[in-house]
Amino acid sequence: MNAKTSNKIAVATLYLIALIVVLILLSLLGYILYNGVPVISWHFLTAPAKAFTAGGGIGIQLFNSFYLLILSMLICFPIALGAAIYLNEYAKQNWVTALIRNAIEILSSLPSVVVGLFGFLLFVVYFGLGFSILSGAIALTFFNLPLLTRTIEDSLSAIPDAQREGGLALGLSRWETVTKIIVPAAVPSIITGVILSAGRVFGEAAALIYTAGQSAPALNFADWNPFNISSPLNPMRPAETLAVHIWKINSEGIMPDAKAISSGSSAVLVIAILLFNFAARFIGRRLYKRLTSS
Amino acid sequence: MLVNPSHAVDPSKERHIELLSDPAHPVILETHDLKVFYGQKEALKDADLQFNEHEITALIGPSGSGKSTFLRSLNRMNDRVAKVTGEINYRGIDINQPDVDIYAMRRQIGMVFQRPNPFAKSIYENIAFALRQRGVTNRHELDDIVESSLKGAALWDQVKDDLNKSALSLSGGQAQRLCIARAIAVKPDILLLDEPASALDPVSTSQLENTLLELKRDYTIIIVTHNMQQASRISEYTAFFNMGRVLEYDTTTNIFTNPQIQITSDYVSGNFG
Amino acid sequence: MDNEKLKRELFRPSKAAKQERRGKFISFSALALIVVAVSAIILFVTMKGLAAFTQNHVNVIDFFTGRDWNPSVKGANGQPEAGALPMITGSFLVTIFSALLATPFAIGTAIFMIEISPKRGAKILQPVTELLVGIPSVVYGFIGLMVVVPTVRTLFGGSGFGILSGTLVLFVMILPTVTSMTADALRSVPRYYREASLALGATQWQTIWRVILRAATPGILTAIVFGMARSFGEALAVQMVIGNAALMPTSLVSPSSTLTSVLTTGMGNTVMGSLQNNVLWSLALVLLLMSLLFNLIIRLIGKKGAMK
Ligand SMILES: Nc1ncnc2c1ncn2[C@@H]1O[C@H](COP(=O)(O)OP(=O)(O)O)[C@@H](O)[C@H]1O
Ligand SMILES: [Mg+2]
Repeated sequence: MNAKTSNKIAVATLYLIALIVVLILLSLLGYILYNGVPVISWHFLTAPAKAFTAGGGIGIQLFNSFYLLILSMLICFPIALGAAIYLNEYAKQNWVTALIRNAIEILSSLPSVVVGLFGFLLFVVYFGLGFSILSGAIALTFFNLPLLTRTIEDSLSAIPDAQREGGLALGLSRWETVTKIIVPAAVPSIITGVILSAGRVFGEAAALIYTAGQSAPALNFADWNPFNISSPLNPMRPAETLAVHIWKINSEGIMPDAKAISSGSSAVLVIAILLFNFAARFIGRRLYKRLTSS
Repeated sequence: MLVNPSHAVDPSKERHIELLSDPAHPVILETHDLKVFYGQKEALKDADLQFNEHEITALIGPSGSGKSTFLRSLNRMNDRVAKVTGEINYRGIDINQPDVDIYAMRRQIGMVFQRPNPFAKSIYENIAFALRQRGVTNRHELDDIVESSLKGAALWDQVKDDLNKSALSLSGGQAQRLCIARAIAVKPDILLLDEPASALDPVSTSQLENTLLELKRDYTIIIVTHNMQQASRISEYTAFFNMGRVLEYDTTTNIFTNPQIQITSDYVSGNFG
Repeated sequence: MDNEKLKRELFRPSKAAKQERRGKFISFSALALIVVAVSAIILFVTMKGLAAFTQNHVNVIDFFTGRDWNPSVKGANGQPEAGALPMITGSFLVTIFSALLATPFAIGTAIFMIEISPKRGAKILQPVTELLVGIPSVVYGFIGLMVVVPTVRTLFGGSGFGILSGTLVLFVMILPTVTSMTADALRSVPRYYREASLALGATQWQTIWRVILRAATPGILTAIVFGMARSFGEALAVQMVIGNAALMPTSLVSPSSTLTSVLTTGMGNTVMGSLQNNVLWSLALVLLLMSLLFNLIIRLIGKKGAMK
């Protein structure tokens, strides 16, 4: 076979492979949306789940997912920001830094079920926090920290050194320079990174089944006192999230419409993550424009 | 006058100091045996220079000769990347000591860089925010300083209606003048400028030169430049650097019309560098 | 300014100096917290994971080679039946198969994206893959349950649950990640490699095969190992389709289990500190060690790649 012919065959094969992959991926998306979107209604999105009968919704799970996401971001973001600042602005190139980077790398590659089990052991059992939003938020923090730290570090290192020198030359400390000049300049890309990692956190389930728990007790949406047990804001209550709900009803669900509910929930998850993706790009671009023009 | 690189001939050094002393313009900054190492590499060897108050000194020399290294050592911008030994006497105080507060020192010795580096903030904030960090919070006071600094940098007329615009929307020349305004807003004693016009067009460059000539009434200016005309137009004194050494330091007129050593002569006449 | 005043100003630690010290401390604490967290995870999981061997005297060799998993029952030798081989086998099988399946598709697609049709690559493939990287694994599991398991059942008989379904679900799950990492690797091959090769008269395919793939090999290997690590550590998507029978797989369609699937289903049904619970932690430890190993391999590939 001469080179020309084999080239033609190879290129044709590559076309075929790419086509197959696109078909697989698109039909995956299509399947989720086709089966799920018809299930979505206002009732579905707001009603509590039903254990034995059809017609339940995902209201509480949806709320739990967002609440857990926000809480874990509140814990995670300052730590990730601090760590990223240290790594990018202060850390010297030596073996200690290399070791620390290694540790972060390891954390990012740990299976999330291991992170969840550790959270179960330490927070749920030893610290007695029980299956609770708080335990779940801490587990999600561990899960999210390495990636968020790296994203923020990348955002910071993309800001030219000239900006740092400008601050230092004015007699500002490095800390002031970073917090008042570098971080604000990096805000568009930091926000993008935060939203993208939020998408990841939003869909996470394995880290949560043994930390935030697998039950969603009824909530009183008129009671916003976080110390009351039925308050949606109570961080000590168990809280099944949407992703956990999908897993749960498929492993042991006994409601007759489990399949429809899972389809709807999957579609909601995927749409939420799509929105996170678009929002990340859109907001990042908008903020960047605001920063560089009038 | 020649600063002999070998240090063998001390008398010439004496003469050179005498030549510089001038009651109207006392020495404000001088370096003594200033050496800079990047790792093993000695980028600056025994620089001894003096700078007079309210005058402009130009640092010239081929690229890589250590001009920026020298300049950045003066307000210790090189602390993290280089080892700097020797004395830097600022009004009689050696500021190259570990217990000098570098932040307070940099308020006295400000710096403007080769590439304009306005912050990603509004024009107003670019100037006001460092002041606010040091406790100036009164809005009127800030307004006044912003205005006077922008006027000092000859930028006020162009931006006075756009103070809330992002500084990143300014042209190169405007941005560089904003950086000068930002530097003088903290009222330094000395301004260090590292090839501030190298990224600018000829018109902006000549505006910048006029601004510097104005600023010299209030500030002592040390400027690195690769532009011979610029050095001769604006500076009283000129130091010629080559390969990490100050080979010659004299009045600008002497350096350009009557250099003492051949390399200087070659360099200022454009024969190398 | 008079000299004494200047001196005072220059030698008194300024507000900036104080802020600097505090800021450095705060940011370092944040970093230290992450390191503490990583150390704590490794430490606790290791301690718990060793308990079965140290406290309950489970034999380590039996644990890794035993084929019977029924820790609440004592086997013929008087030892609890805690043979983890079925799960270990299951984990390795789904990992290897899914990587074998994903690799050609990922590389092919990435080549198409970067080399053959960059326009369509940028327009369709890249956004689609990037988006699917973010799809939660439970969704993959659910679709596996709805589509893959019934299809496998129809085609190959049995219940449909098993290694094959697990493999297929993981294949689709890691495909976007491996593809997009491979594409990154191809993208980082300098342009002049291509130009030089084409200028020498090589066809496009020869250029890809001999020059580009070779130059991108470390990056591609990293992508594959990364995908394997994800497969090995994935819990819920696999658990939903593997059948959850702690048995040695007898075929690709017999109900089986993986380390992660046994962990997810078992942890809630055992009492903390009991033997049944401790052996589960031993499985978690195996999972942790494997993740460290994958990490090490990726690092070694990186080093080798950097040396070339
Ligand atoms: N951060 C640095 N690290 C190592 N070497 C440097 C660094 N900055 C400058 N140098 C070296 O020091 C020498 C002097 O450089 P520089 O002061 O920038 O020269 P100039 O400003 O006269 O062009 C050059 O050889 C340059 O390569
Ligand atoms: Mg220079």
